[in-house]
Order: sequence, then C-alpha cells, then structure tokens
Amino acid sequence: MNPMNYVYLSALLFSIGAAGVLLRRNAIVVFMCVELMLNATNLAFVAFARMQGNLDGQVIAFFVMVVAAAEVVIGLAIIVTIFRTRRSASVDSANLLKY
Amino acid sequence: MTISGSTLVALAAAGTPTGTATGTGEAVLFWLLAPIAVLASLGMLFSKKAVHSALLLALTMLCLAAFYLAQDAPFLGVVQVVVYTGAVMMLFLFVLMLVGVDSSDSLVETLRGQRIAAIVAALGFGALLVFSIGDVVVSNAGLATANADGNVQGLAALIFSRYVFAFEVTSALLITAALGAMVLAHRERIERPLNQRQLSEQRFRGGVHPAPLPGPGVYARHNAVDTPALLPDGQPADVSVSRVLLARGDVRKAPGADVVVRDASEIERPGDDQ
Amino acid sequence: MPTILAAETTQAADATGVFALSWLLIALPLLGAAVLLLGGRRTDKFGHLLGTAMPFAAFVIGVVQFVAMLGRDPENRTFSQHLYTWLPVGSFQVDAGLLVDQLSMCFVLLITGVGTLIHIYSIGYMEHDPDRRRFFGYLNLFIAAMLLLVLADSYLLLYVGWEGVGLASYLLIGFWSYVPEYAAAAKKAFVANRVGDFGLSIAIMIMFAQFGSVSFDGVFAGADGASEGALTAIGLMLLLAACGKSAQFPLQSWLGDAMAGPTPVSALIHAATMVTAGVYLIVRSAPVFNGAPDAQLVVVIVGAITLIFGAIVGTAKDDIKKALAASTMSQIGYMMLAAGLGPIGYAFAIFHLLTHGFFKAGMFLGAGSVMHGMNNQVEMRRFGGISSVMKITWITFGLGWLAIIGVPPFSGFWSKDKIIEAAFVGEGWRPWVFGGAALIGAGVTAFYMTRLFLMTFHGERRWTDDVHPHESPKIMTIPLMVLAIGSAALGLILGPTNALVHWLEPVTGAHGEEAPVLSVPVLTGLTLLLIAVGVAWAYSLYVRQPVPEVAPAGSVLTRAARRDLYQDAVNESLLMRPGQYLTRFLVWFDNRVVDGAVNGLAALLGGTSGRFRRLQTGFVRSYALSMFLGAALLVGAMLLVRL
Repeated sequence: MNPMNYVYLSALLFSIGAAGVLLRRNAIVVFMCVELMLNATNLAFVAFARMQGNLDGQVIAFFVMVVAAAEVVIGLAIIVTIFRTRRSASVDSANLLKY
Repeated sequence: MTISGSTLVALAAAGTPTGTATGTGEAVLFWLLAPIAVLASLGMLFSKKAVHSALLLALTMLCLAAFYLAQDAPFLGVVQVVVYTGAVMMLFLFVLMLVGVDSSDSLVETLRGQRIAAIVAALGFGALLVFSIGDVVVSNAGLATANADGNVQGLAALIFSRYVFAFEVTSALLITAALGAMVLAHRERIERPLNQRQLSEQRFRGGVHPAPLPGPGVYARHNAVDTPALLPDGQPADVSVSRVLLARGDVRKAPGADVVVRDASEIERPGDDQ
Repeated sequence: MPTILAAETTQAADATGVFALSWLLIALPLLGAAVLLLGGRRTDKFGHLLGTAMPFAAFVIGVVQFVAMLGRDPENRTFSQHLYTWLPVGSFQVDAGLLVDQLSMCFVLLITGVGTLIHIYSIGYMEHDPDRRRFFGYLNLFIAAMLLLVLADSYLLLYVGWEGVGLASYLLIGFWSYVPEYAAAAKKAFVANRVGDFGLSIAIMIMFAQFGSVSFDGVFAGADGASEGALTAIGLMLLLAACGKSAQFPLQSWLGDAMAGPTPVSALIHAATMVTAGVYLIVRSAPVFNGAPDAQLVVVIVGAITLIFGAIVGTAKDDIKKALAASTMSQIGYMMLAAGLGPIGYAFAIFHLLTHGFFKAGMFLGAGSVMHGMNNQVEMRRFGGISSVMKITWITFGLGWLAIIGVPPFSGFWSKDKIIEAAFVGEGWRPWVFGGAALIGAGVTAFYMTRLFLMTFHGERRWTDDVHPHESPKIMTIPLMVLAIGSAALGLILGPTNALVHWLEPVTGAHGEEAPVLSVPVLTGLTLLLIAVGVAWAYSLYVRQPVPEVAPAGSVLTRAARRDLYQDAVNESLLMRPGQYLTRFLVWFDNRVVDGAVNGLAALLGGTSGRFRRLQTGFVRSYALSMFLGAALLVGAMLLVRL
C-alpha cells in the first residue's frame, strides 16, 4: 500500500471538518469540526514523519495536540460564557460585531 | 480502552514491515478503518444531535490513533486515545450537557448561499489538496533507525533538545489556558443570594405553580420520565416531563391522550423568566 | 537747479546739550500711553492728568530746544541723534536716529503745543465719559507717533511713525465703536490710509533700490545725481502716501466720516497731527521733488483739485463738524499746492500749516464747545443765536473764522495770501490756472466759513425744545482763548517779517524773489474783494433770510456737494462693487466647484464604502467562508505556479 493514502485520508478529513465549520451553527459542533481538522493535519504530520524517516513530524503533532488541548479549554469556556449571557450556543446569534 | 489499544498495537506491529514498503497487515488495517473514519466524520457533520456528533468524532479519533500506531508512532497513538478521546471529548460532552439543547442544533441553513458556497469550497479545497498530493514524489524512509532506541525515547530526545524552547513555551500556554478558562467561566455574583424566605415569597408572587411541579406519568406499561402525567380531565400535563426531553423530542405520547405536545417553547414553566 | 540743498551744505551736528534730550520728546507721550493703556482701571483717577502732563513736558523740552536753536547760527541748527542701529543687515544699515532741524522744530512745537491744549480741553470735554483714561492713552499714542514721524532721520523710521499715526487715528475715530457707523468710519479711515501707506512703502523700496539707503541724508545725496524718471516715480509714490494721510484727492473720502470720533480727536487730526503729515512728507522730500518737475506738477494739480473740491463740499454741509472737515481738506489743498510749487512755496506751506493748526484747532474745539452746550447736536440748522449765551466760544470761534477766511491782520491772511501770490508765479498757463483756483478757493472759503459762523452763532434761535445752551467750563474755554490768540497773532508775528521763511531756508532752500504775473497789491486787492463778496453773500443768504430748519432740496450742485460730490458713490461703483462681485464669484466658485469636487469625492468614497460595508455581516461563518476561500485560492495559486 502506498503510504500516501494516509495523506489522502488526511485531506479528506480536513475538508469534511472545514465543511462542518462552515455549515454547522452549534458552536460546540463547530468546535468539534475544528478538532477534526487538527487531527487530520496530525495524521498528515505522522505520515510524513514516517516517509522522511525522522521524528520531527511526530514532535510537531505532539505540540499540536498540546495546543489543541489548551484551545479546547479556552474555547469551551468562551462558549459557556456566551451561552450564559445569550441563552444560545448558535454562532449566528453572536453577530453584533458588524457594520 | 486499554484492551482495544493494545490489540491495535499488536495488529499494527504485525502489519508493519521493516523497510520502505508497507505491509499487507497495514493495508488491511487502513482499508478497514479509513472508511469508518470518513463515515464517522461525515456522520458527525450531518447528525442532528450534538451528542451523536461528539461520539462519532471520538470514533474517528480512535481510528486515527490506530493509524498512528500503524505508522511507528505508538506514543502519539496512546496520547491520542488518552488525551483526545479520553479527556478532550469528555470535556465536550460535559459542556454539551451543561449547555443543553436549543435551536442551534437545527440543520436548517439561515445564511443565504452559505450552504452551497461551503460545500463548493470544501469540495474544491479537497480536490486541490488531493490533486497536489498526487504530484508529490514519495519516499518511504521508515522510522526503523529513528525509533531504534524506542519511539518514546526518540521523541523525548527531540523534545528536550531541539524543541525544548517550544516545549517550555507550551507549558506557559497551558497555564495561561487554565487561568483563562477559570476567568472566563467564573461568574461574579453581583447581588446577595436569596434566602429561603425570599425564594418562597418569590415563588408565590409568581402565582403560576406555587406547589412542586407534577411528576411524570406512572403507567402500566411505562413508569418513566419521558411520559407526561394525565390531568384529571384526561389531558397530558406537559410540565410533568423534563424540558430537555421535550427539546430533544424524546417525549412519549401519554396513553389515551389525544393532544400531542406541541413545542417546548410554548409550554409555560415557572422559573423560565429568571 | 538754482536751489542749494540744505542736506548738502550743512552737516548735521551730533546732538548735545538740550538736543540730546530729543528722544524724550517721543518717549514721554509714549510712556504716558503705555502707563494709561497697560495700567488699566488703576490709572482712572489720575489718567487724564498724566496724559496731559506728558505732551506738556514734551512741549517744554521743545520750547527749550527752540530757544537753544535760536541762539545758534542758521547753518548750525541741525542736530542728529543716533539712538541705536536698528537693522544691521550686511551692507544695509538702518540706524534709528532722530533729526532735529528747523522744519522738525516747527512741527514739534505745533504738535506738542496745540496737542497739549487739546489735551487740557479734553479733560473737560470727556469728563463724563467712562473711558476717559483710555482716550488719553490713545491721544498720547497719537502725539508720540506723530513726533516720531517728524523727528525720524530716515524714511523707514518715518514709516513707523506714519503707521503709528494711522493706528492711533483708527483707535480714536472708532473710540465710540459701539456705534456701528463710527466703527465703520474708523475702518474707512484705516483702509484709505492703507492705500497711502502702500505708496510710501513702494517709495521706500524704490529709494533703496536706487540709492541703497533710506536715510534722509543718503536719499537726498543720491537724488542729486539720480535720473528724473526714478525721482518722478518716488515723488508720485510719496504723493500717494501724502494723499492718503492728508485726505487729498482722490483719497479724501475718509476725512468727513472721521468726524465720528470725539471732537478733540477731530481737532487733533485736523490741526496738529495726521493730515499735516502729508505736507511734512512733501516738504521734507524737497530734494526729491526738486528733481522731478512732473511729480511737482501732479502735487500742484492734486492740491488745486482738493482745494476747490473741499470748498464746494463745505458750502453745502449742514453738519458743523463735517463743514469744518471739508474746510480742512480745502486748506490742506492750499498747503499741497504750495508745497508742489517748489522752493518758492515750501515755507508758505509750512506757514499756512502752522496758522491753520491754530485756527482750525480753535474752531474744532469751539464746535465741540457748542456741541457740549447743545446736547451733542451737530446740525447747524438747529443752532443760531448762540452768540448771546456762549460768549467766549463765540469770540474765540469768531477770531478763528476771521483768520481762516483771510481777513487782515489775522494769521490766515498772511499765510494764504502768500500762497496765492506764489501760485501766480511762473510762465504760461500754470500761474493763471493754479492762481485762479487758489483765488476762487479763497472766495468760496469766505462764503462757507461765514455761512457756518452765522448759522451757528447768529440769526434766529432754531433750537430744539430740550436744549439749554450754556458756556463750557473754564478748562475748555482757556485752550480756546490761547488758540484764538494764536489765530489772531501768529500770522502777524511771522508774516510781515518773513521770519519763518528765513528760519526754514536752510532746510527748504532759498529762492530768489520772483514776481507774480499780476502785481502783488492787485492780487491782495482781488483776494480781499472776493473774500468780501463771499462774506456778504453768506450774510444775505443766512442772516437776512430766515434759515429753514429742514434743508431745502437745493440745486443739482448743492445736492452733489451734500453727498461729498459723490466721492463715496464713485468709490463704491469703482472699487467696492467690483470687489464684491469678485468676492461673490469666489465664494460661489469655492462652494460649488472646489467644495463640490472635494465633497463629490468624499461622497463617492462614502457611498462605495457604504456598499462594501455590507460585506461585514457579523456572521462568523461568513468570515470563515471567506478565509477558507482565500486559503483555497492560495493553494490553487501555488499549485498553478508549480505546474
């Protein structure tokens, strides 16, 4: 099997995640889609690390995970706060910052 | 979880050749799990309920963990399972429970042209990526030499030497994130809490339901929270079931009742105005 | 050029002794002005006394200097005092220095003497004005500026005094600036003066370009060998300056409106300061004019026109102050005419200036005294018969009247007669035209001054019911008496002896006796005859016949004269209206074209932005979509480049 298949899978998952970010209105689901996109890149990193024969890609993937964890914590806290004040978790309802 | 993890490790180890080509075991694993991952992520995208999305995402992540293991990245595979699937997704579920359900779960598109544009953009982007990936000259060096002392040791050597600065910065990031989450989620109480007397007075002043709300129905076939009780005139008492269930549409019809619960928002409940 | 120029023959001695105090002449009134204007209301109590003491002190210094000057040889009466180097710019050095000579001395005595009398008079006249202290501050400033003007030893320093006079006159004419007409009159005077100032500044520039110097010495030394064209240009520009300051045709229109100021101001402007500055400038610049016959001719023409012009206007005015103003214009016309005649006339111009200073100051102050008793009325048709209630004013005014119309032996006779004689000197058409103008002017002067005098002091009492005329207080009548004595006697002292002519000879240059085209007794007889006719005619019109309280319609000439011979109308149609049209066009251009272009551009940008703004919907997903499309474009572009 060609190891590039992992990269194809990664691109596919990334696109699905991106479509989710654009289509879903529930902030939590949008956030999950972002996580999916991060995971897809991680997969690509790991696949490339294997192709290149060194561990740098895995290190980067590791850092991405750490950052993603921090991001999730903050993001969810923001969602909770927004929900508390607006009684809604829809990303469309927070649209005051406009013309 | 650990059991499935170890089996996957075994499976992956069996399929991993030592060299440039991928082995048959890995190919089987890939073609088995890749469709599952894609389907699960598509399901996450299209499922109406956020909880389902979360669970399907967890499934996708598990598949990815398997792929990590198959590609000589056991450390990342384990971290993926433990941190992502275990911790992060649980956090998602907690928040889901906290926030509850509302109209944002609806799949009806409200922005004009957004759906078509999003689908076109995602498909186009994916096509571009695939097209460009197809152009890449592939080498397959394998990680046998890099992982000679073990994957964890190899990663550790890198993290604590070349990437030590990034690693330290990451620690600062994590602390900041923890603090930030506390600050954001914390709510300052700006008025004194009501004591029992005031709560009681408030409850009677509202005048809708001074007494506790009626419990759900208890029937011969159902003795469950999802079935409304019947009022003396045979009407189902809508307030007798949890509104979360109403919002999810998980309320059963009361036996003998010809009135169907219309919509969660139309039911007047005490305390909604707080 | 038979004339021997003073600047070449006598070298100015450095000022010593009492002449070293020359700077005090200017500094004292300036100090008074500074104290009164900067001291504010603290100086209200003693302000008028200080303001009067300063010019008086200057007058005392002037008298002492005059006596000291009399004690020296005529050739050694010129003193220069170097104060400091004002503009040390490379080779261009301008010293701030004073020049005290016979000509300056005449002016110093006139300015400080008559000025002091006017100050004393003002103490009484302005007694009830809440801003009397400020008034005295301005008066002192006026005196200081005028003294600087006549004592300066260079045209540039003279220009400083010249501008100071303009400023002080503006402040004083507009002293009651809360009346809009008065404020407008002050502005009018200032603007008309600016036209003249423009001429002076150009003259100074030409001097600098031609001679490389702006000091009197340097310019006069250079004028000797300069081309006639340059001298004519300088002369005409100096004449323009003199026309502005001395209210000569065609810049005379401000003088009548300048009556808006308090009456002592009118006296000061007309007698001691301001309008005499133009005559001083011409006489002081004698070496320049002597080399430019064309410029001299223009000076004479301007003088003759103004002489007749002022006289005609004076016959029709019913406002006592405006009639006096017209007469000033006419009398200054005499002086200009004399100054334009060259060395033969300079001394007589100054002579007439001095006598005029006395009798005109006396008459203005007398008019102020009449107004003081008549509730500030100025309409002569509502006067009449005042002689019985204001005897001192009547007598002093009468002496001034006799002096101005030129009845012997009063001072106007001596000075004016000399001018008429000088005007008749020459060849060809000139003596007949200019002499005739001067002669006719004398007759008309007699008519309108008699009219003024009789309408005011004689005839029936045409007073409005609420006036109760009374004699003015002593502080006002004493200056009147002093001035009246001067009006009566000054000519007698200086005229027959030719004392002034000899006194001024070192400055203005000597000239031989030249006979007029008609013999002197004939001319004198003609003048007296015309004066007698004018007086008699006025008597028959305004005493024998009742004076109507409302002015009759009058002939075309009368109506024109009442409107100052349409000088304001001419100025309006020639200068003001085109200016207004130009301004309106520019306003329109600015509003429509300039602003239109700017606003149109702004509106275009604003409209476009308003439409682009709609892209900011506030929906995060829209933004994410555009980001994503951007990323897709980027990837596509990279791919395209690589392919």
